[in-house]
Amino acid sequence: MSEVKKVATRESYGNALAELGAEYPNLVVLDADLAGATKTGVFKKAFPDRHIDCGIAEGNMMGVAAGLSTAGKIPFASTFAMFAAGRAFEQVRNSIGYPHMNVKIGATHAGISVGEDGASHQCNEDIALMRTIPGMVVINPADDVEAKAAVKAAIDYVGPVYLRFGRLAVPVINDPADYKFELGKGITLREGKDVTIIATGLEVSESLEAAKLLEADGISAQVINIHTIKPLDEELVIAAAKKTGKVVTVEEHSIIGGLGGAVAEVLAEKAPTKMLRIGVMDTFGESGPAKALIEKYGLDAKSIYEKVKAWL
Amino acid sequence: MQTLELKKMANEVRKGIVTAVHSAKAGHPGGSLSAADIFTYLYFEELNIDPQNPADPDRDRFVLSKGHTAPGYYSAMAHRGYFPVEDLVTLRHVGSHLQGHPCMQHIKGIDMSSGSLGQGISAAVGMAIAGKLDNKSYKVYTLLGDGEIQEGQVWEASMLAGHRHLDNLVVIVDNNGLQIDGKIEDVCSPYPIDKKFEAFNFHVINVADGNDMDQLRAAFEEAKTVKGQPVAIIAKTVKGKGVSFMENQASWHGAAPNDEQYAVAMADLEKVGEALCQK
Repeated sequence: MSEVKKVATRESYGNALAELGAEYPNLVVLDADLAGATKTGVFKKAFPDRHIDCGIAEGNMMGVAAGLSTAGKIPFASTFAMFAAGRAFEQVRNSIGYPHMNVKIGATHAGISVGEDGASHQCNEDIALMRTIPGMVVINPADDVEAKAAVKAAIDYVGPVYLRFGRLAVPVINDPADYKFELGKGITLREGKDVTIIATGLEVSESLEAAKLLEADGISAQVINIHTIKPLDEELVIAAAKKTGKVVTVEEHSIIGGLGGAVAEVLAEKAPTKMLRIGVMDTFGESGPAKALIEKYGLDAKSIYEKVKAWL
Repeated sequence: MQTLELKKMANEVRKGIVTAVHSAKAGHPGGSLSAADIFTYLYFEELNIDPQNPADPDRDRFVLSKGHTAPGYYSAMAHRGYFPVEDLVTLRHVGSHLQGHPCMQHIKGIDMSSGSLGQGISAAVGMAIAGKLDNKSYKVYTLLGDGEIQEGQVWEASMLAGHRHLDNLVVIVDNNGLQIDGKIEDVCSPYPIDKKFEAFNFHVINVADGNDMDQLRAAFEEAKTVKGQPVAIIAKTVKGKGVSFMENQASWHGAAPNDEQYAVAMADLEKVGEALCQK
């Protein structure tokens, strides 16, 4: 895939903010001393007065964002997923979620693809944490095109949104010319009849590759991209489960409480279906190059292919 | 409002606090009563607000960071006309708009939901930054407990407020000296409070008696003259102020009076009210 264009979704995040800044004068961006890494620095360069660096104080940043939103601002509070969903969980819950503030949380460096920084900075729990907050929208875009569209959709939606972005450059799989982002709507990227692979974030492109490998073995895999984990596109998930009878979820997140958890909850109640959850197997990550970690933790296309094949 | 009228109103606010907590059979009377004069001064003298237009973008903002003293807040708001005073007896009842801790979805006029300590001041800082960005002249006031300032987030927020020279922000600390587990200096002393805020680039105003309307007036008037810095008013108060058996008792931080105690409390306050009427 070396010829495919690759962009880290954190880059998409910073670029989208900067591109939308003129159109949305109420858009303000907060950071906690990570503007270079979260890429909000791109926005800061274009709109220095509307970029508020709160220093290394994520809990306070969430509250400041809440206060700004009460005055009609549309704040994007940015830091690593670990600190946004982890350290500041209670501030997000009580100062943003409970009052249903119009605050967007731009969480970058999610998952083990953080790489060399290691487990302390690799948040595999954020989707689980964020989706338990009533009224919180949780979005995990798959590529550059989707990430930028998600930022725009988050601005247009009134209410709290958690956006998950990655550090690793990932293949651009969507064509900006015909791509349409609909909050809460999954996208079927590939039709298939033997098994449904439901993926999110950077695992979408890995799952598409895995489907090709399965096809070579005569296995027809449907691939669905779930960019909005909450609210989940239950209709699509149930229809797919009924069609193929076998559902695999793939995410760069703990197998507990994330996409796999969300899909399992829906199917267990509404359409019991044989399931396989692929994700980080209830363990902490470690240091290493992102790609090597994705392989080691079984989240690359080949690992997905092997796991699905063995399971079917 | 004249000082005497403010004193009378504060006494009415106190009656509302005791009545609400008695009816709820739960709640936080101690810190509500210590701050009753502050609530009254803010809502009847200081704040530029209109209960008929609670979402006015130019209004002053108030955030009750010490959200557990909602009974004091609600009583002041009710007496100011945000909702009927009769509603106070529904405090903490199922279906009531008077939640145990302030909720902005339930009551128009509450600028920020609060209750988890240390978080309100951050929202107040956000409101103050918004005011600066929009070149608005409104001010933002937030009331903190002296135990609450043990929360690290208070100092994260203060650091940012000082750093950004938010002279549209007034932080008030209700220094009643007691928290749930006892005296604040015995539990985990936050003293010296004034020097801490000074170190975070605040203009600090110490109020020797934060239950005295004239002293509160002097403090808030001084706050108006400050430029280029946020203001911290450290108001020394008496926890449980106005109810004889609650004064300076940590045990009345979060307990409700029974019927007998309620009668004594209301008699205490009636007596204060009568004395004020003689003036």
